[in-house]
Amino acid sequence: MLQIKQYVKVTSLDEAYELNKKKSNVIIGGMHWLKMSSKSVGTVIDLSGLGLDEIVETESTFEIGCMVSLRQLETHEGLHAYTMGAMRDAVKDIVGIQLRNTATVGGSIFGRYGFSDVLTVFMALDASVVCYKAGEISLKEYAKKKADRDILVKLVIKKQPLRIAYLAQRHARTDFAMLTCAVCFADGMWRAVLGGRPEKAEMVMDEEKLLTNGISVTEAQAEAFGKYVAEQLEFGSNMRGSAEYRKEIAAVLVKRALLTAGGNA
Amino acid sequence: MRVVNKPLRKKDAMALVTGKPVYTGDMIDKNALVVKILHSPHANAMIEDINIAIAMKVPGIEAIYTYKDVPQKRFTMAGQTYPEPSPYDRLILDQHVRFHGDAVAIVAGENVKAVDKALKLIKVKYEILPAVDDFRTALDNPILVHPEDNWIAHCPVGADNKRNLCAQEVDENGNIESVFADCDIVLDRTYHTKANSQTPMETFRTYTYMDTYGRLNVLSSTQIVFHLRRILGQALDIPKSKIRVMKPRIGGGFGAKQTSVTEVFPAFVTWKTGKPAYIEFGRQESQTAGSPRHEMEMHVRIGAMKDGRIRGIDLHTLSNTGAYGEHGPTTVGLSGHKSIPLYNKYQEAYRFSYDVVYTNVQSAGAYRGYGATQGLFAVETIVNELAAELQMDPVALREMNIVREGDIMPAYYGEQTNACALDRCLKATAERMGWKEKYPCKDMGNGKIRSVGVAMAMQGSSISNCDIGGATIKLNDDGFYALTIGAADMGTGCDTILAQIAAEVMDCDYEDIIVYGADTDSSPYDSGSYASSTTYLTGNAVAKVCMQLRESIRKIGASIMKCAVEDTEFDGKKVYRIETKENEVNEVSLIDIATASMVNNNYETQFTATLSSPVSPPPFMVGMAEVEIDKETGEIRMIHYESTVDCGTPVNPNLARVQAEGGIAQGIGMALFENITYGKHGELFENSFMQYKIPTRQDVGRISVEFEASYEPTNVFGAKSIGEVVINTPAPAIVHAIHNATGLWVRELPVTPEKILKGIKEQGKKSNDFA
Amino acid sequence: MELKFILNEKNVVTEIEADSLLIDVVRDLGCLSVKRGCETSNCGLCTVFVEDKPVLSCSVLAARVEGQHVTTLEGLQEEAADFGAFIADQGAEQCGFCNPGFIMNAIAMFRENPHPDDEEILAYLSGNLCRCSGYEGQLRGIKAYLEFKDSQKGEA
Repeated sequence: MLQIKQYVKVTSLDEAYELNKKKSNVIIGGMHWLKMSSKSVGTVIDLSGLGLDEIVETESTFEIGCMVSLRQLETHEGLHAYTMGAMRDAVKDIVGIQLRNTATVGGSIFGRYGFSDVLTVFMALDASVVCYKAGEISLKEYAKKKADRDILVKLVIKKQPLRIAYLAQRHARTDFAMLTCAVCFADGMWRAVLGGRPEKAEMVMDEEKLLTNGISVTEAQAEAFGKYVAEQLEFGSNMRGSAEYRKEIAAVLVKRALLTAGGNA
Repeated sequence: MRVVNKPLRKKDAMALVTGKPVYTGDMIDKNALVVKILHSPHANAMIEDINIAIAMKVPGIEAIYTYKDVPQKRFTMAGQTYPEPSPYDRLILDQHVRFHGDAVAIVAGENVKAVDKALKLIKVKYEILPAVDDFRTALDNPILVHPEDNWIAHCPVGADNKRNLCAQEVDENGNIESVFADCDIVLDRTYHTKANSQTPMETFRTYTYMDTYGRLNVLSSTQIVFHLRRILGQALDIPKSKIRVMKPRIGGGFGAKQTSVTEVFPAFVTWKTGKPAYIEFGRQESQTAGSPRHEMEMHVRIGAMKDGRIRGIDLHTLSNTGAYGEHGPTTVGLSGHKSIPLYNKYQEAYRFSYDVVYTNVQSAGAYRGYGATQGLFAVETIVNELAAELQMDPVALREMNIVREGDIMPAYYGEQTNACALDRCLKATAERMGWKEKYPCKDMGNGKIRSVGVAMAMQGSSISNCDIGGATIKLNDDGFYALTIGAADMGTGCDTILAQIAAEVMDCDYEDIIVYGADTDSSPYDSGSYASSTTYLTGNAVAKVCMQLRESIRKIGASIMKCAVEDTEFDGKKVYRIETKENEVNEVSLIDIATASMVNNNYETQFTATLSSPVSPPPFMVGMAEVEIDKETGEIRMIHYESTVDCGTPVNPNLARVQAEGGIAQGIGMALFENITYGKHGELFENSFMQYKIPTRQDVGRISVEFEASYEPTNVFGAKSIGEVVINTPAPAIVHAIHNATGLWVRELPVTPEKILKGIKEQGKKSNDFA
Repeated sequence: MELKFILNEKNVVTEIEADSLLIDVVRDLGCLSVKRGCETSNCGLCTVFVEDKPVLSCSVLAARVEGQHVTTLEGLQEEAADFGAFIADQGAEQCGFCNPGFIMNAIAMFRENPHPDDEEILAYLSGNLCRCSGYEGQLRGIKAYLEFKDSQKGEA
């Protein structure tokens, strides 16, 4: 059973940062994972009084506060349009609406969970993370780092012309995915991000230049790229599938996402 | 029929949809002690030392009990008619703990936090023993799950604790080997089903307290109030007269609550301390220390001629009863007795044999279908494999071989089926599914294949010559009736259905019947809600008492009118003279009769009936599954499940339909999503809804249920049963559909996309086997 | 610590601990319709509204609802009976244990999307598990209710 000694709803990020220095303290998002643990927590730090639950869309960026819920990501029309529906596709099968109403994007990203659809799609968008002390770093980098006591304040997506599609392989519909996949074209190059391997999302760029026609992709090219991506990544076995199976369907998912996002969908 | 066969709202419906506090956990005294169990972390171990001293010091702790504090007489937790076929192999707490999750200590305290703290502070030293972790090597394994000398088997079920054997039998008719020798084709296959969990939404919960008379009162989420009274009497070693068991609204059972999973613990606490106590198993506890389905491995052989005549079936079932033997000797019998009889027409011989073994995993119990589900998976699949080998349409193969109305079924205790619409069920389902157009499969052109599969099922209606259905009906002033039953409505709506039967017989409105649920002090004896007995058997008991009350009402009316009973009739509202007489009172209203019955009256206005049945008429069902398979990923989606049920007369068509839909969803879960795997300490990995995936509403596709009613002559309104048969068709139907799409036979459940993809890759439609 | 919030339109002041969960607090305050069915946020039985949003009360720290509006089925009796009648007419309420969470979430859905198609209904309610009904009867009840609502508007 989770035990908590104190609850503090902070009035500033600085207050949160100071409290979070103590190892027995925890910043809470949706608290779903924390609640399942039998941790003994000193102080839970609630950021929900700091206005970090907003998605701010400007001409050039999306700024997504860490306390934005997965449901907000799902219903935001601007994000939906910009991501060609991929953001909604990424979160819509996560457990249920009730959970998505309280699970936060900050919690998902900070957790760097292997199964995370959220991490996968944001990484494909090449988002960056703004931390209280460390400032802005790319999500790719952030995901590789170990969790520390700094506060994830917001995610930033710099708008640019892109094509993106999201696919996940699930057996039971609202279960963890056996594999998550987002494929994105930006800055003249295709990139694929695969998570749930069961390890967390990792990006593979089309460095071999298998896709040479910009956003236009043929079936054969898509298949080749899919196989290529599957070769670049490590896959493992767990309750939901074997490494061999994941590798097989990785190629398939990448191919399909590519065809959806690309001009030959 | 006026009330029976009508889709009436359940009596408790509005209370449930408005969230009224009607469940066990809603009715507890605020001061009730919180009771929790310390669970064993080992598959097999002896408690060398258990130290509760520090735990007892936690403020708010009332008591902590260990194996040293409990009676030493073994009992069974199985809810069955006495003498129970299940072995007496339990103690409330045992020094020998036999599965990961077995009870080590009972902690009772003032609040959850104190109890949780104390649980962590109990110091246990275990002598870890080697465990029997594979049911295939359990029989005659030198490691014994129950080596103790005070283990008892009261009934001759072939049990032997020194062999890890809980039950064993061979049952045969004719000479199966010579029949097989004469067949054109004999298939030999093995199938494997797992220890699926019922997962009712309400976990196991029990509340106990002492009443004014110094008696132990038990309010529990249970299907078996009377059996529970006996179980607790034996467990606590106290007279049964000291115990009262009641049930409130129950949040689902499906057989899980046909074993006394939690009751013994707070009962012991209350008996010892005199204080009210409440236990609520969490989902994890319910998953790991509950009473799941028996894992079974079934070795089947089927012998047939080229033209499709099935002449013999030989089934051997190996059943895993887990660490304790509840329902072990009894579930296994259905694996053969409720599958083999389906193919009655040309059956010259059958053999059905079984071994039920102990292992060091969670004790299995009763789960809807009760062995039939497992057996039907095996038999229906081998029949489908046979159809494929013979290149015959599987529906046609069945039509040729099925039991028909009027047949005597040697494999079903020699019973004759006088109500059987199985043939019509096959025809109707095939038509509605579009079987001819869809069988075997259709390439959708987008990388997906759609295919169909079929399976049949039967079950029983109560346990013949054993189960008791009981009912009491009482006339009240104002002319309404009180119906008291001992059967337990666990959401199925049996309170409602029995009220419908009563209303039909009494010729009154459904609203004029109030139903009082199971209470061992005031209810007539009833075995309980299991074995699909309530509608059929308790229904007959209800009809019997109503007929008796009608007679009495007539007598009272006749005496008021000063005429002979034979000269009167009762139409539900009044007793009247058949031939009116001038200057005489020619009718008396029911209300006046009720009033008169309370003054200077010697005619009973309350009757109780007890009934058993010499037969257990099987309901029948046909299910067809349409699935869509992704050729590149193996992903499988349920598109549509079409089914037809012959439950005799559906007493309440709405409730019957929803029972079927619910059972089908559970069957889909068993086929596709629900897996059971263990770690090296015997810990169950699928110990939560996060890992044990019961179907969500997006997983089941469209489910469609219709009825082909036969008329069962041994039930007052022609009803049989529906409660269990409904879970039996999906697993074999889906496995069949998968074969029809891919050529693959999946013989171990659940099916996964990975298994399907592997099968597709291994190619070949004809000779592709994948276990 | 003290908690002040608005429960079913009534101001409430109560004592809680830092780790008190909303489900236990509302049940202690008499809202027994809120049920617990799991420990992993999967079943949806404990669904309540916080500021009109459906959330899992088993996973919300009570402290977090300070000053906020919390609604349980006890506060939506009329709507529950209105809609629930259509479920009852199907016999789909069955054991009833999943009903409060399911009906809460259904009410949230009706408010957000008065005309959902089948897919949308199933998706919105995917976080509400049921083991008794097979979900089909619940869908029939929902559609019958939506039709009824539409026909009422037509006549209004």
